[in-house]
Amino acid sequence: MIEVRIHGRGGQGNVVAAYLLATAAIDEGHFGQAFPAFGAERRGAPVVSFVRIAERTLRRRNQVLQPDFLIVQDRALLKVPGVLDGLRPGGGILVNTSLDAATLSEQVGSAVVTLPATQLARTHLGRPVPNTALLSAFLTLTQILPMDALTRALEQKFRGDILERNLRLIEAASQQVAAGQWKERAHAAGA
Amino acid sequence: MNMHTHTPIPIADLRRSQPRFQGIESGHRACLGCGEALAARLVTEAAGPDVMIANATGCLEIFTTPWPESSWRLPWMHSLFENTGAIAAGMEAALKAQGKSTKVLAFGGDGGTFDIGFQSLSGMLERGHNVLYVCYDNEAYMNTGIQRSSSTPHAAMTTTSPVGRDRMGKRHLKKDILSIIASHHIPFAASASVAYPSDIRKKVRRAMEIEGPTFLLIHSPCPLGWGHDGALSIEVARLAVQTGLFPLIELERGELIGTMPLRQPRPVTDYLRLQQRFSHLFKDDSRAREELEHLQALAERNIEYYGLKGNHDDPCDSEGADTVRRGGQRWA
Amino acid sequence: MRQALEGSQAIARAVALCRPQVIAAYPITPQTHIVENIAKLVADGKLVCEYVSVESEFSAASVVLGAAVAGSRTYTASASQGILLMSEVLFNIAGNRVPIVMTCANRAVGAPLSIWNDQQDSMAVRDAGWIQLYCADNQEAVDTTIQAYRIAERTELPVMVCVDGFTLTHTLEPIDMPSQEQVDAFLPPYHFARTLDPMKPISLGTLVSPDFYPEARHSHHQALLNAAAEIVAADADWCALTGRSQGSLVQVEGDADASVAILTLGSVIGTLADAREMHPELGPVKLIRLRAFRPFPTETLLQACAGVTDLVVLERALSPGGGGIVGAEVKAALFDMPNPPRVHNFAVGLGGRDVPLDIYPRLLQTVRSQSPRPFAVFDVDLDKLPAEDR
Repeated sequence: MIEVRIHGRGGQGNVVAAYLLATAAIDEGHFGQAFPAFGAERRGAPVVSFVRIAERTLRRRNQVLQPDFLIVQDRALLKVPGVLDGLRPGGGILVNTSLDAATLSEQVGSAVVTLPATQLARTHLGRPVPNTALLSAFLTLTQILPMDALTRALEQKFRGDILERNLRLIEAASQQVAAGQWKERAHAAGA
Repeated sequence: MNMHTHTPIPIADLRRSQPRFQGIESGHRACLGCGEALAARLVTEAAGPDVMIANATGCLEIFTTPWPESSWRLPWMHSLFENTGAIAAGMEAALKAQGKSTKVLAFGGDGGTFDIGFQSLSGMLERGHNVLYVCYDNEAYMNTGIQRSSSTPHAAMTTTSPVGRDRMGKRHLKKDILSIIASHHIPFAASASVAYPSDIRKKVRRAMEIEGPTFLLIHSPCPLGWGHDGALSIEVARLAVQTGLFPLIELERGELIGTMPLRQPRPVTDYLRLQQRFSHLFKDDSRAREELEHLQALAERNIEYYGLKGNHDDPCDSEGADTVRRGGQRWA
Repeated sequence: MRQALEGSQAIARAVALCRPQVIAAYPITPQTHIVENIAKLVADGKLVCEYVSVESEFSAASVVLGAAVAGSRTYTASASQGILLMSEVLFNIAGNRVPIVMTCANRAVGAPLSIWNDQQDSMAVRDAGWIQLYCADNQEAVDTTIQAYRIAERTELPVMVCVDGFTLTHTLEPIDMPSQEQVDAFLPPYHFARTLDPMKPISLGTLVSPDFYPEARHSHHQALLNAAAEIVAADADWCALTGRSQGSLVQVEGDADASVAILTLGSVIGTLADAREMHPELGPVKLIRLRAFRPFPTETLLQACAGVTDLVVLERALSPGGGGIVGAEVKAALFDMPNPPRVHNFAVGLGGRDVPLDIYPRLLQTVRSQSPRPFAVFDVDLDKLPAEDR
């Protein structure tokens, strides 16, 4: 079982990101589960969502307290207490930032992978919504699902021009991280 | 002397030296550009500290009171969605029985006022309670994620009046709440807009002076629900007024006694095209064109009915709003 | 067909498959996505019905009542404050024996104001006379919604399908959506014998004097008790059609001969089930989930409790000043057993507090180390309260 926790801000497509990831997993025949932790959401307020991917059906509905992977949609959230809590040993952290990985890793005190997802989104989508770029990077890093699964999930959600732009975006994003860097870690978690 | 010399003044000192009363403190959780947050600040500023507030369920109470914090510097209660008029009536009765001067304010959104809270509002007005009811009109149930209310304008898109093969947004007209309020023949009722803050203050002070039920409808853009950038809230609100779609009127005992005249009414498209919730009206579609005509006709009907078109050019007609550019940099 | 769907989305599609003619919609978290999804189906011409955006939940329930007695299949959904606001109408619908189906997206009831999940809302109206079915997961929410229409229309009793708010409504998971053909085979067109009709006029909702009132109430009570058979039949017939059973009245899993059992309602069973699998070392435990709460499934519960010496009743609501609601009803049902189990009654996850996997070992620890105390809120953190409030 792989557990992912996604931290973002209201308006960054946090819940959509979780849903897309779980949808991609389910489309590939795995078990997938995604849900947000709700607060009184406002644009800009911190939001969290959770994803579980497994080979067999999981019935638990508790929040993910010990994720295998963290996706942080906004670098400023790294300062919010608890964002990094519970990450399993060797777990991967993917952060949306234009800062370089070495510098950020030192600041955070943990190895992180960085992706300038907002920039990429602005370029390809014309809007600063970083979620799909981050998902693409996540799949590239972990190799837990073929990118095609994400494509199909996007096709269920978007059409026309927005779909085309997202497909170009996920292609671009996947080029910006090291393919398979987290593959072993994902495999150990039970991909 | 160089007027641009900048002497830094600590904000705290500046605030202390300002004669304004601040009923809502900053740090609340409203979205960027929230019209309702601005309106509530203006209302409580003008109303002063000797008030007691009954607040309906909705955005305002949610973003101002996430326990254990509150932004209110005033006595305040949230009870339920549908009973604000009645809660306020109860507060008023108690204060009256105790011989106190504290004025009761009732706050609700359009959902809580036009729809679910209508019965208790009507009862409060009919019994003549000394309450100022302020409706923050952002034209939908915003706190639950943008669903239509009876205040949602005709043809606007919401999640429960979506656009699709068979639908062009909300089918029904925006409820004419002020006509219904007028039928209660209360001493004072008015519409206002966050684009005209002095006008809001003036109307609030007027209502505060009146012993009896008063009602203010304040047009409050919601950037998220209406689909525009938070920085455009004031401009969007101003255009609503300037097109005639949201006329600013004053009523005494049901009779029209004042309006904000429009020097140059703007076509409704100027207002609609700024908002995602009307984007379907700008597609190449005969139904879209028809709806635009409807909305223009509604605006023109308002202009005629309320006599909004001023007869002569008077730069003070719209409080000089036409001369202030968006962003309004003023000399301090 | 197996699809990835959010709970609300799946429920909306299930409702559409049942071909309702009148839907009353009023937004309230966390049910709102259901009525939004339905609105989109209507806007796109995929569901042909009268979609009435009402001005309050009180009117939502009233609109579906009016529509149902005028001869149409209906739907509405609510939660929390909305359920309470419409409660007068809920009693009215049930007392008038009108077949209506409603989703209750279980949410805590204020004050204090909460948008999060517990079951206080549906528990607060358990006496309204509705059938209440509680779903463990979103597949069950879909299947039970469809079954509910058949149960309601055969028993002339309204059915409240209870679905944990957020936990189920806002969770995306794999769902097998039935086809329109399957639903059409299962659900005949709406039929209500006492439909108002100018051709054969009748009067509904009349004043009943003490001469007949107790008889009316007795017959309502009997009808609810008899509805158990329809609940069983609907699940069996749906299983024959789709291969899926949702547990009928009571779903029992785990170790059949265990002397320790945990009883609950709704989605928390999933967390308990996974936790049980993770802890075989804690010994055999039976998991009992009440799917039907009204009618209260006494017989089936007694069978499930045969041989149980310690029964944990884990519920999602309470009656302040009284204690557990489900606990009290379970104890009453078990009272006449020759050797009733000791009941350990707790509320958990009130107001949406997350229920972690370690609830399972902690519950078993409590059972083994103490004799049953009066009802308690299991996951309360007393340090957060001043001394006088503990």
